[in-house]
Amino acid sequence: MNYENQEFFAPGHGMCAGCAAPIVVKWVLKLAGPNTIVVNATGCLEVATTPYPRTAWRVPWIHVAFENAAAVASGVEAAARAKGEKLNIIAFGGDGGTADIGFQALSGMVERGHNVLYVLYDNEAYMNTGIQRSSATPWGAWTTTSKVGRANPIGELRPKKPIARIIAAHNASYVATANPAIFNDFKKKVEKALQTEGAKFLHVLSSCTTGWRHDPSKTVEIMRLATDTGIFPLYEIENGDIENMRITYKPKEFKPVEEYLKMQGRFRHLLKNPEYVKKLQEDVNAWWEKYGHHYKK
Amino acid sequence: MKAMIRGNESIAYAFKLARVQVVPAYPITPSTLVPEKISEFIANGEMNAEFIPVESEHSAISAAIGASAKGVRVGTATASQGLALMHEVLFIASGMRLPIVMGIGNRALSAPINIWCDHQDMMSARDTGWMQFYAESNQEGLDLGIMAFKIAEDPRVLLPAMVGLDAFVLTHTVEPVEMPEQKDVDDFLGEFKPNYVILDPKKPATLGAFAFPEHYMEFKYGQWIAMQQAKKVIDEVFEEFENRFGRRYRKVSGEFMEDAEIAIVTMGSMTGTAREFVRKLREKGEKVGLVKITTFRPFPKEELISVLKDVKVVAVMERNISHGFGGAVYAELGSAFVNQPSRPKILDFIVGLGGRDITFKTFEEVYGVAKKAIENDVDEVNWVDVNKEAVLKAEGLL
Amino acid sequence: MSMEVITRGGVITEPGNSVENKTGSWRVFKPVINYEKCIRCLICWRYCPEPSILKIDDEETKMNTPAPKEAMKRLPVVKIDYDYCKGCGICYNECPVHAIDFVREER
Repeated sequence: MNYENQEFFAPGHGMCAGCAAPIVVKWVLKLAGPNTIVVNATGCLEVATTPYPRTAWRVPWIHVAFENAAAVASGVEAAARAKGEKLNIIAFGGDGGTADIGFQALSGMVERGHNVLYVLYDNEAYMNTGIQRSSATPWGAWTTTSKVGRANPIGELRPKKPIARIIAAHNASYVATANPAIFNDFKKKVEKALQTEGAKFLHVLSSCTTGWRHDPSKTVEIMRLATDTGIFPLYEIENGDIENMRITYKPKEFKPVEEYLKMQGRFRHLLKNPEYVKKLQEDVNAWWEKYGHHYKK
Repeated sequence: MKAMIRGNESIAYAFKLARVQVVPAYPITPSTLVPEKISEFIANGEMNAEFIPVESEHSAISAAIGASAKGVRVGTATASQGLALMHEVLFIASGMRLPIVMGIGNRALSAPINIWCDHQDMMSARDTGWMQFYAESNQEGLDLGIMAFKIAEDPRVLLPAMVGLDAFVLTHTVEPVEMPEQKDVDDFLGEFKPNYVILDPKKPATLGAFAFPEHYMEFKYGQWIAMQQAKKVIDEVFEEFENRFGRRYRKVSGEFMEDAEIAIVTMGSMTGTAREFVRKLREKGEKVGLVKITTFRPFPKEELISVLKDVKVVAVMERNISHGFGGAVYAELGSAFVNQPSRPKILDFIVGLGGRDITFKTFEEVYGVAKKAIENDVDEVNWVDVNKEAVLKAEGLL
Repeated sequence: MSMEVITRGGVITEPGNSVENKTGSWRVFKPVINYEKCIRCLICWRYCPEPSILKIDDEETKMNTPAPKEAMKRLPVVKIDYDYCKGCGICYNECPVHAIDFVREER
């Protein structure tokens, strides 16, 4: 049954104008359909969509705390199994609630193989508390806890944590990186994940107009650039077979990273120094040198 | 049917008889045997449940919330550091009004690390909105474990419940129990029917919303009301249990209290020793009685006032401490009496921390101070059986 | 059937009642679809975050709404729901044929 023309995520919520997270959520739910339970970690999505007594959710939804969406989802799944019920159990968490404070619970859920789809909507910082760095914050990004100044002209000094690979190394049944701006690839991956048994993990890029400092109208364009510059590659890994990961999308021609950086205020300081832009370009080139062969038409 | 079981097994059997459907649990001394026994029941086909070997206690209680919200009967067990690790989620389970039952192997909290019996773990969770019961014996652990589901799931209550059994003294000690028959427990509990809004695609609801100041306090008042209702429901369930199974439970039990001038207040396994001590003193003509607290949350204020109001001195013996003030039972009992027209002198005796044995010698010291207190001033908070000299030396005071 | 003011545990039993909150009041700029140019590709509908772009599939609306080519009239029409549109401009930015104007809201 096709539910793409129904809305399981209602308007009237408080997400910022131009936030990508609702785009991700509405499509995941359209593809999952109404036989779905959502578990949500504390964060932008949870707070802005459920201010008592109003809710944007048209499917059963539960929020417990910041770091335990995967553990709560494990419990929901076990209860469904105990009653012999078949339904989609989808956990949504931001990068903070997934790769940092939520990491242990996620690792446990995936290791035990619960039949849950975990969707990470990655806006690359703790946005709900006002743009603090997380392990998903990329090198060179300004955040309120990776500030730029005389003593630190770079901002975030650590590279982005490769959370998808880490979860794939748990032998999760299906792990993929996805980008709503590369829509057909995103859609296929969500569908594939929903059809796979076991623990599934989708690392979805989700641009943040407020934290990345860009015009809200540019949300989709910026996300597209993230992948078209090669910065956010799109791949999938089945059953932990990292050696045979499949890169599912390759831009016909890679755009220079500078095009991505200059659209966002959080990288403005990097553009002042060509060495930094060069380093980022080299990092991207190196990744594609090393892994590019995983792309097969 | 008679059985010989450890305290841990009494919780496991309570879960089995209550037909718990999901058990998320993590091993920790001394409650480890609970998930082990559950795993055994399931492997043998004796129990039809899902056991989740979670990766921490925080995840255990989180998964318990998920399962309970999905509309199944849930149980888990932990102790000490595990209960402490669950702390933030305990408030959530209560705020979400989910009838989860948890067995606690009452054990000391670090530092220093210590695996033996005291009540610091469960006492430190008394503000979380969970009902709390302390078992004196394995029989009590088993019975209270079963009753906890009935009380928690009552539509007038809908609060989670903890049942505490003293580490090693009960959890690991084999005692004879009367094991209820499955069909009698089925009749007593009825089939699990969630009396609360659950996660159901047929009736989509949002659980765990964000509450502004306009509403938050009302939700807290709701939990408060539920605890008040629980007082009534607990009495009803205790009575029904007696009618069906023949064993009488009370929130507060007074023994040898008729003309008592001194009352010793206890919780948990030390009650057994206390009873013998008081019996012996009574034989010698001492006017001493024993008051056992079984239900600590909701705090049985009315029952405690009723049984203690006419004594001269109350000697609270407790295995917990709030540094900078005193023990919790002393604090709450004192508060219960503060506005009463007739009130006894209330003394606090900190005993048995970290598994230190509570012996007749302990009781003798306690009784000695209590007796002295009838006519004289004594310290209100007393640490018993402690090498005070060594400590003061270490603190540079001697 | 409306929910009580206070529920036990703070549960919300009216799915999607966020629709009571008309976020259209947030707008500074307003997208306006120029149907003469709209090729009904649905990209704006796909990306609207609220969502506040409706996909209308009834024959009458499809036939009676202008389209650059008659053949396109068999395709569903998109319509902006101004009750909820926050004026983010994603639709305006993504439209492949620039069929959406983005104008300052008159208030």
